[in-house]
Amino acid sequence: MSGETTPSQTVGPYFSIGMDWLNRSDLTQGAFGGERVTIRGRILDGEGQPVPDACLELWQADAQGKYALPEDVREKSPEQKFFGFGRIPTNERGEFSFTTIKPGGVPGPDGRPQAPHIQVTVFMRGLLRRLVTRLYFPDEPALAADHVLNLAPAERRATLVARPLADEPHTLEWDIRLQGEDETVFFDC
Amino acid sequence: MMPMLRYRRPSPGTQPELLHPPYASSIKRAPTRPLIQLPHTLSETTGPFFSQEIVAPKAFDLTRQHKGEPLGERIVVSGRLLDGDGRPVPNSLVEIWQANAAGRYLHKADQHDAPLDPNFTGMGQTFTDDEGRYRFVTIRPGAYPWRNHYNAWRPQHIHFSVFGPAFATRLVTQMYFPGDPLLEFDPIYNSVPVESARKRLISVFDWATTTPEIALGFRFDIVLRGRNATPMER
Repeated sequence: MSGETTPSQTVGPYFSIGMDWLNRSDLTQGAFGGERVTIRGRILDGEGQPVPDACLELWQADAQGKYALPEDVREKSPEQKFFGFGRIPTNERGEFSFTTIKPGGVPGPDGRPQAPHIQVTVFMRGLLRRLVTRLYFPDEPALAADHVLNLAPAERRATLVARPLADEPHTLEWDIRLQGEDETVFFDC
Repeated sequence: MMPMLRYRRPSPGTQPELLHPPYASSIKRAPTRPLIQLPHTLSETTGPFFSQEIVAPKAFDLTRQHKGEPLGERIVVSGRLLDGDGRPVPNSLVEIWQANAAGRYLHKADQHDAPLDPNFTGMGQTFTDDEGRYRFVTIRPGAYPWRNHYNAWRPQHIHFSVFGPAFATRLVTQMYFPGDPLLEFDPIYNSVPVESARKRLISVFDWATTTPEIALGFRFDIVLRGRNATPMER
């Protein structure tokens, strides 16, 4: 058999049949310390229309910047049960919301800690492959030097950084725009 | 600093382009700017490690989730989950979903005028074993019409979702059936430019897993990305 990766195909319009059972929008369970934060937003298509049939998957480190097993072999405290995985479908208005703890800095390609971030996969009808993006946290001194963030053109970096809401503490807003002027930065993972 | 695993990128043409105009839904949803190549850090080379306890022991058998048996042709769908170097990927969650034998999904958005089957939900899960093997028992799904173009019908297919060991290996795909005349006309199947890559989405009929008096067997192996042992960047 060839060692080529099996081609991706779209999740189609009915993925909720097979994927809803693993929905998880509260990632705080098992977290050992860390700042609790709720992140909400919308997914918008090329006409600015909300996408009601999308699904986000999240992967993040804990407040100390460490990932759950197995590849992160750095020593972790025994209490640590933080899992770091989320799966959140959009609702009929194209909105999503999840609650988590702000991750710590994970070592980057240059060995320095990356700015805190959440790995995000987007699935939906119309996407033949998943989209990969990252969510960064605002007001982080590490943002300016973040290796990955700096790979994006300067004028587009803001699409990867969630915005604080003036009247709602511990809540951030982050929209995903598939196309258009403010198209979110997506990565080839 | 710890050694950094990297995953190889697919060869050109072996994965679909995001924008594939014959698939109408891609037009307003595919990003238009070039993707930015993401270096592989721990964020990409780690991934969720699910406990097998989250899956019910019988979740692999889609024909036994209700009081009665579903209508249609019972089949065994099995195969191996491998990495790009031919090594088995053990202990990986595999999710599937599909239409029933009449080509109807149990979903409120599916308006196809075909009957639902009270004995069929169309979802299953399992984990790969130590050899990377998985096995489902299900019903052969029907073809169904969709509105992509005039007289459009999707070939029979089963959706597969697998995680593998890392964020970078996450894969959702569809398994097709050998000899399906609709494949030739399907823009989703044909979104993969290279024919040899595309054909690997088609399962093969398998005597070895065909069960006498019970079910035909189809084999579908899934290959995840292989790893590079390249030195650290910079």
